[in-house]
Amino acid sequence: MHNYFDTYVVVVVLLLVGAGIVGGALAANRMLRPDRPTAEKLTTYECGVDPVGEGWAHSYVRYYVFAYLYVVFAVDAVFLFPWATVFSAPGYGATTLGEMFVFLAFLATGLAYAGKKGVLSWV
Amino acid sequence: MLEVVVKLALVAGAFALLPLLVGQAEHKVMAHMQGRLGPMYAGGFHGWAQLIADGVKFAQKEDVVPRDADRWVFKLAPGVALVPYLLVLLVIPVGPGGQVALDLGPGVFFALAVMGVGVIGAIMAGWASANKYSLLGGMRVAAQLMSYELPMVFAAASVAMAAGTLSLQGIVGEWRWWWLPWQAVGAVVFFVAGLAELRRPPFDMPVADSEIIFGPYTEYGGLRFALFLLAEYAGIVVLCALTAVLFLGGWKGPFLNTELGWLWTLLKVGVLAFCVIWLRVSYPRMREDQLQKLAWAWLVPLSLAQLALTGVLRVAL
Repeated sequence: MHNYFDTYVVVVVLLLVGAGIVGGALAANRMLRPDRPTAEKLTTYECGVDPVGEGWAHSYVRYYVFAYLYVVFAVDAVFLFPWATVFSAPGYGATTLGEMFVFLAFLATGLAYAGKKGVLSWV
Repeated sequence: MLEVVVKLALVAGAFALLPLLVGQAEHKVMAHMQGRLGPMYAGGFHGWAQLIADGVKFAQKEDVVPRDADRWVFKLAPGVALVPYLLVLLVIPVGPGGQVALDLGPGVFFALAVMGVGVIGAIMAGWASANKYSLLGGMRVAAQLMSYELPMVFAAASVAMAAGTLSLQGIVGEWRWWWLPWQAVGAVVFFVAGLAELRRPPFDMPVADSEIIFGPYTEYGGLRFALFLLAEYAGIVVLCALTAVLFLGGWKGPFLNTELGWLWTLLKVGVLAFCVIWLRVSYPRMREDQLQKLAWAWLVPLSLAQLALTGVLRVAL
């Protein structure tokens, strides 16, 4: 059995390799491409017409309820993974499975409640 | 030590090659399915040089960072979008025994977590561009990630329950042919949710070119734009590989599993990638509310049902 952190050294090394690939490509690209910035060129493109107002415009974010829902569900879902590896091992069995159905019922109730409140349909 | 270096080189090689193959396949498959003439011209026979021509074009273009953009975030975004897919390839097994770069204990968990990071690149691009359309696109990317990540995680958890392990190597080891019908719902949910997370048509509302130009990528040009495109193809490879490993038995084929394992894996990835392209040319883009409805009203309940089915069968057997 490896040391826990040793396995992740490989991940870090590959992360550095990936950063090297992207960084190297961009550095090599610097020698190939022209670089003649003009004031016109540096304006925001948007849809081709000169932009009106600031880029960070106010807009109604309709998705925030989905964000709440997601956070609630995702935190629950994380606990599924460790549970999934042991639930059918000797000594667990039907009781552990029953507990999962309680858990699923909570999720389903939450989803049904959100649906009934009209959160899931577009406003 | 040498083994690790060789494996890392193989992973980097696959990362460099497979997305380009998918890109080339997409050119040709789309050209044939939709009667497009554009990608069939360059280089003569079937337009084989189109991808090379695209690459040369991208490399020669000026790298413009708009004056109002959030400079560092803007420049970093393509890297954030691309590199996570490289990291996921690390834990994907191609064959039995040691034919995996890193047999990570919590492999499924790692793959899903890191895959989610790739989406942040698109959100960064949308935010940093100082462009209203990009911002809208970035918001849509975020909304899509949140809605579709959940059914994806549930579907993957179902397989982990069936196998009793989180290691991808272990999951394929446990896999039997009757898992195909048993986990069928989970497989479909996983694949569809993955497509949505990659923002592939019909789930390409965030980059809907006919209404918000090109969403988060509007202000990008040259190599940085090419990196975003590459990230999309790398994402397809990763999604297809994960689907093949989790639901289609990875290296297990009708015969010669030990000798030809890697070939079965690649074959399954190829067929799935073809389906991804096929779906793109066959379905119209979904509206934003239809997207959300599909996730919450169909995929989440279906994946919960799959979890229940997996649990009951697993304990009963």
